[in-house]
Amino acid sequence: MATHAAHDAGHAAHDHGHDDHHELGFWKQYVFSTDHKVIGIQYAVTGLLFLLLGFGLMLAMRWQLAHPGAPIPYFGKILASLPVIGQHFPNGAMSADGYNEFGAMHGTIMVFFGIVPVAFAALGNFAVPLQIGAPDMTFPRINMASYWTFFISCVIMLGSFFVPGGAAKSGWTSYPPLAGIADLGPGNHPFFNGQTLWLTGMVFNITASLLGSVNFIATIIQLRAPGMTWMKMPFFVWTQFITAILLLLAFPPLEAAGIFQFMDRVFGSSFFMPTGLVVNQQLTQWSGGGSPLLWQHLFWFLAHPEVYVLILPGIGVIAEVVANNTRKPIYGYKVMVGAIFALAFLSFIVWAHHMYMTGMGAKVAAFFQTTTIMISVPSVILITALMLSLWGGSIRFTVPMLFATAFMPMFGIGGLTGIPLAFNAVDLYLHDTYYIIGHFHYIVAPGTIFAIFAGVYYWYPKATGRQMNEFLGRVHFWASLITINGIFFPMFLQGMAGVHRRWYDGGGASLDQLTYKLAGPVLHWNQFMSTSAFLLGLAQIPFIINFFWSIRNGQKVGRNPWDATTLEWDAPSPPPHGNFDKHIEVFHGPYEYSVPGAAKDFTPQSEPVETSAATRPVSPAPAH
Amino acid sequence: MSDYSVKTTDKDHAHGHGDSGHGDSGHGGHEMHLKLYWGIGAALIALTGFTVALSYIDFGTKERNIVIAMLVAAFKVCLVGAIFMHLKGEKPLIWKFLYFSAIFVAGLFFLTLLAASDPIFGTNFNQH
Amino acid sequence: MQIPHEVTARPDTGLYNSKLGIWLFLASEVMLFGGLFSGYIFLRMGAEPGYWPHGLLNVPVGTMNTAVLIVSSVTVVMAWAALKMRQFLQYKMYMLITIICGIIFLGVKLSYEYPQKFDHFGAFIRKDSLSKYEAYLGNEFLKSKNLDPRVEISGHLLDAPKGSPYEAVAKKNAEHFKHMLHEEGIGGGHGDGHGAQVQVQTEATDDYVIQLDPANARPTDPANEAPSFLPKKQTMMTAVVKAADVENASMFVPRHSPYFAIYFTITGLHGLHVLGGVLVFIYFWGPGSKLYQRNPEHLANRVEVAGLFWHFVDLVWIFVFPLFYLL
Repeated sequence: MATHAAHDAGHAAHDHGHDDHHELGFWKQYVFSTDHKVIGIQYAVTGLLFLLLGFGLMLAMRWQLAHPGAPIPYFGKILASLPVIGQHFPNGAMSADGYNEFGAMHGTIMVFFGIVPVAFAALGNFAVPLQIGAPDMTFPRINMASYWTFFISCVIMLGSFFVPGGAAKSGWTSYPPLAGIADLGPGNHPFFNGQTLWLTGMVFNITASLLGSVNFIATIIQLRAPGMTWMKMPFFVWTQFITAILLLLAFPPLEAAGIFQFMDRVFGSSFFMPTGLVVNQQLTQWSGGGSPLLWQHLFWFLAHPEVYVLILPGIGVIAEVVANNTRKPIYGYKVMVGAIFALAFLSFIVWAHHMYMTGMGAKVAAFFQTTTIMISVPSVILITALMLSLWGGSIRFTVPMLFATAFMPMFGIGGLTGIPLAFNAVDLYLHDTYYIIGHFHYIVAPGTIFAIFAGVYYWYPKATGRQMNEFLGRVHFWASLITINGIFFPMFLQGMAGVHRRWYDGGGASLDQLTYKLAGPVLHWNQFMSTSAFLLGLAQIPFIINFFWSIRNGQKVGRNPWDATTLEWDAPSPPPHGNFDKHIEVFHGPYEYSVPGAAKDFTPQSEPVETSAATRPVSPAPAH
Repeated sequence: MSDYSVKTTDKDHAHGHGDSGHGDSGHGGHEMHLKLYWGIGAALIALTGFTVALSYIDFGTKERNIVIAMLVAAFKVCLVGAIFMHLKGEKPLIWKFLYFSAIFVAGLFFLTLLAASDPIFGTNFNQH
Repeated sequence: MQIPHEVTARPDTGLYNSKLGIWLFLASEVMLFGGLFSGYIFLRMGAEPGYWPHGLLNVPVGTMNTAVLIVSSVTVVMAWAALKMRQFLQYKMYMLITIICGIIFLGVKLSYEYPQKFDHFGAFIRKDSLSKYEAYLGNEFLKSKNLDPRVEISGHLLDAPKGSPYEAVAKKNAEHFKHMLHEEGIGGGHGDGHGAQVQVQTEATDDYVIQLDPANARPTDPANEAPSFLPKKQTMMTAVVKAADVENASMFVPRHSPYFAIYFTITGLHGLHVLGGVLVFIYFWGPGSKLYQRNPEHLANRVEVAGLFWHFVDLVWIFVFPLFYLL
């Protein structure tokens, strides 16, 4: 594989500029492709598979929470028979180690291998060059390198499940000193152990993100079609641009931290290991002098901007879908652009609100409390603008629009429940409870993942030339919406009662023998939530069937099935290598819907102005 | 684009950069610029010697010594950036990205230090 | 399909693609090294008095390596200027000098600076045992001068406790030490005679025998506190340190102390950057230079972009040098 890629790169370097006159072979067209659309689809398929895997890990955990110690039906036997993983599932029931392993990997996989690859890399790779009228990304070969680096990180992460001791178990945050000592005892390989492979995989993942984000920013700056000025860019492009900047600048400190922790584990250094660390009544081999807090600072310096990396592409997709389906411009385009800039800037100086529990003084807590409250302002601007965009529109409830409409209240719940957490005093109580879990899952699950679904349904016709089935889409939507709330809403109730996120038995071995009395009144919700989770899994089946069935059997569509205005709909469906078969020039802002006096209710960006200036509407649409 | 006082024989090339403002004025200019590069290199080596020399002088406290050494280093970095990396006269777009990363690095330094210097109780983990 | 603005600048941004790309990459590199240096600051601020060493690195060698990097920065920009003036031979020459400078830098690191650390041994003494080793630490004197205490005895390891991973190294050093003694015709140590008995042939003891660094050999010498330009010569004095009194002992490797951890991490990553730069330059000097025949401007752009990366590597070193070698 590697030699093939090297050959490919070398080849392209030699006859630069005059390739593509000949037919590309299968490998270069579909596997080691430099075409942004193919890379986008590769990212999408890999990322969606990882979302499914992360979901599967969570289902096993939810079973354990609802029925502590009981063997998992059907799948328990499979898990028990797997190499290494089976050790954590004696008789098909989940052990504490198994719970920690699945918990840590659920978080890691969902955030770094599921949502970011789909929402940013996949949708962005596919749609951004099309939306700005570019033939491809600026650095197509770096784009390919980005995907394959990501692929290596995927292999490492998956492989880590099968090394002695199993995958990482120290939470997706990998806090030292716990993460520093994990998987290093007898029976573990000094390098091929869960946590070390986690770090190695993350370094590859981060490198892939950096390559991708350089490409995104350079593409948006350099390859906009003639006439595509900044304020004529679709809002989705703006969100991808800002997301890429966040990834570019926030990820490197985590890479530094990952290297530090790697040194601690492999070379025995003490970046994060405090002096006199005792494990199992024995003084450890580390010299000490390091600081566990340093990890937390570097980690959250990434991980808070990461939150906006998760949500911004989602908001971008929703803006596209809302404008298209309300048949009117989104409300306050310029303000929204300003808001995401403010969001991006502030997101770099709020990170320590994840660390109120670390013994932080009043001055620092007050600073981070203030910035955290400030960052809610641009967030509220975004959600308000989207809500107001609905006002007075003649809404078409297509499947993407259903997901988009559901996104708004779901994101709203997630955002509003975060405001109390910004305050030090409240956070000290709610820290690490299910309240937190509910809060951020509302943002990323019915928030970003719904936006991902909206994006997939919206751009599927462009990628394949066929529509996804409407009925299956509606079944998928309604079933997902109801069950997903069944999982996450009770988390607020449990969290406010004080149920902690790391109790692997869900708070008590059974209701009769409660370990934690405080959990008693809310413990019964576990069964409800776990059933909902299982039903949510079932609700994805129509989507999976629809996704594959429609490739061959969906209704054929032309260039512009949604009557949309942005440039991607000017390209053939699916677009060929090089994207456009005609000269592309931009004349309008991105959302010229229902322009009074126009012949039809949408005016594509590439169509010259038809209406005279006098009849142009006074609307919140972006000026030219 | 960077420094186009260096004479170019490629006519097409000269086209695209008419907007650099301080552009391709001089045929004699390039000699001076080549000399400038050597001059800056010599200055940097001299400043390295200066940094080493400064480390033998005690300015009172350890902190003060570090700050002074860092100021010299910062000056050297400015020279490398401005002349070798052509940041002097570079496009505003690139400056904007550099401003952002400079602000965030400063934030990372300052805020972690602030947090480290303001614990509620003795959270120094390094008591031997 | 041709990507626009690969060689010529886009009129409204004034940049060609790869130049924007490299600057974006450098912005992220700023954040990477920012994270690493914030680790340095955090560890140094958090270090207890006496636990952050100084004066352990070889200043002349570091200074020379700094100069080598600076020269290479000049030559790489000259190589670019030569291409701009379409002087291909000059380009080849300057590029070759750049490559050689990069290789010298790496060579010095890998063949001299790192091995020297791997060969040096240090033992941190337990707090409650510090007074036993007053003769090597001089803490009374340091206290009277209001200086940070000394908590480590370092030098060449001549004998290690049985079962210690350093037995083999110690044996090799002991041979060398005996040879040196023989040459200088010294029967034992010199100085105040404390622990000067050369215990190179001890059988299965629990002791470390260390051929002392000057700071431990003459702990009350005011010269220890002043930085020295030339590295101080190893003394012929030895000390016996009981394993039970040692908190933590190892060669000067990352596990020795946070100082060496961050030293090896930052200089190692910096070295990897140098290596990457050298490899790219070798390509542009060799097979990559054929591009000159077809599109000299494209080659000039590539060299400019790689040069920007190289200057950045130089720039990081400008901070590394004083932080690790001098302060």
